Amino acid sequence: MKLTSSDRVLLLFTALLASYQVAVGMDGFSALPIIAYTIGFGVLLIAALLIFILGFDVLDSPVVVIVSTVIPLALSLGLVWQHLASYRTSYLLFTIIGFLAVAWTRSIQMQNKLPVIILAITHGIAGMTIFLLPIILSIQGGMKPLFSLVGVGGALIGIGGLLLSFLKTGKPILSRGTIMRLFPILLLVTTALFVAGFQYG
Amino acid sequence: MSIFAAKFRHYWSLTKPSQSGLLLATGLAGYMSARCPVFNIGTILSLSASLFLAIAGSTVLNMWWDRDIDAKMVRTKKRATSKGLVDENEVLRAGLILSVIGVGWAVAMDALYGLIVFAGLFFDVLIYSIWLKRRTAWSIVWGGISGAMPILAGRALGLGAIDWIGVTLALGILFWIPTHTLTFSMKFAKDYADACVPTFPSTYGLTVTRATIAISSLLAAVAMVVAGYGIGMTWGFLRLLGVLSTGLLMLAVTITFNPSERVNFSLFKYASIYMLAAMILVVLEVV
Repeated sequence: MKLTSSDRVLLLFTALLASYQVAVGMDGFSALPIIAYTIGFGVLLIAALLIFILGFDVLDSPVVVIVSTVIPLALSLGLVWQHLASYRTSYLLFTIIGFLAVAWTRSIQMQNKLPVIILAITHGIAGMTIFLLPIILSIQGGMKPLFSLVGVGGALIGIGGLLLSFLKTGKPILSRGTIMRLFPILLLVTTALFVAGFQYG
Repeated sequence: MSIFAAKFRHYWSLTKPSQSGLLLATGLAGYMSARCPVFNIGTILSLSASLFLAIAGSTVLNMWWDRDIDAKMVRTKKRATSKGLVDENEVLRAGLILSVIGVGWAVAMDALYGLIVFAGLFFDVLIYSIWLKRRTAWSIVWGGISGAMPILAGRALGLGAIDWIGVTLALGILFWIPTHTLTFSMKFAKDYADACVPTFPSTYGLTVTRATIAISSLLAAVAMVVAGYGIGMTWGFLRLLGVLSTGLLMLAVTITFNPSERVNFSLFKYASIYMLAAMILVVLEVV
């Protein structure tokens, strides 16, 4: 399926928003969150540029599963490091082990369901952290209400990840065409929510 | 009027507007990187005009010189010079006039700036195209040096001297150019073979070419980040430059160990976006 002009515009804006976040959106953060968010938004930026250049076919690459794990892991690590001080070390370990486990199980041929289980656990924990933590912090008054936008963005990217994962396993929830039509919009809205949440939250 | 318009279109295409525009952007970024009073509209306009004329002039002269081999290559046989849509003597005159005006204007603005602009033209037309392009695959080094001159010229104009940052920025462009041109020569290997133009893939093979691309990408990325640090870029902008450089390196590594036509094409395109983005960052940093 070919990219339309509007797809390209949406991807370009996604890349610009992610660039903004990397360049000026994390002023005042401590070192590890800056590294984590830079990796997360950096992957979003490069992904948007590569889809812009190569089209949707790039999503068929087996590397996509590994790379797309980096985004929720990095963003959730940054959030935990900033807002759940007592879980810092354990979550950092989870992030490293989770990523290595996904990379390992996706790099070698396995007949059992271990790769899917590993992926589900890693994405599940990271995704729920991005979704729930900002919303809980906003409700409890620990952060401004608009910080919950990060959580909404987390939910949306989770939906995008699910749609792609089911498509890759051959049991698509929506048709490939519909998913590809939605994907650039989903990517832009997600990135915009993340940026707005960090900016105004 | 339509004849004039058609002729203008032919000549405009001979200046390779996208490539000339990108080189002009590097020149402007080099100038602004000096943190001189960048909002001097007169200087900005003169820099843009002189540099564009000199770059366009050298490009037209290259087209004139290469018209025979361009006609043998599928990719270039539709050029106005290859198809005979423009008179070859007229093309030569146009190239010379553009070059003389561009370099003359540059010299009038500043002797050092003019000298570097002239060096770019000299390396591009005489050393790269006329002397080496049909003899050795290493001609791209000289093409790269000429491509690095606009950013060095721009910074020299802003600073009044050549400094290590200007040289590093120029090295960034010099090492970036193989990433661009070698992926191109792999994609159009048959074209170059038909025209008997030696390239890295035809001389040293694809493995060496891919390794060269990876190494030059690494050096380009390092040079741009070091130059950015030297310019005094904020950490945020350096982070962004680091992210974009990482993308370039990842594609370069992929093309080395898991090559495919698609990765080749994406590296070629990404390299252009990378350089444009790096130049925009340099400009934004100052603005």
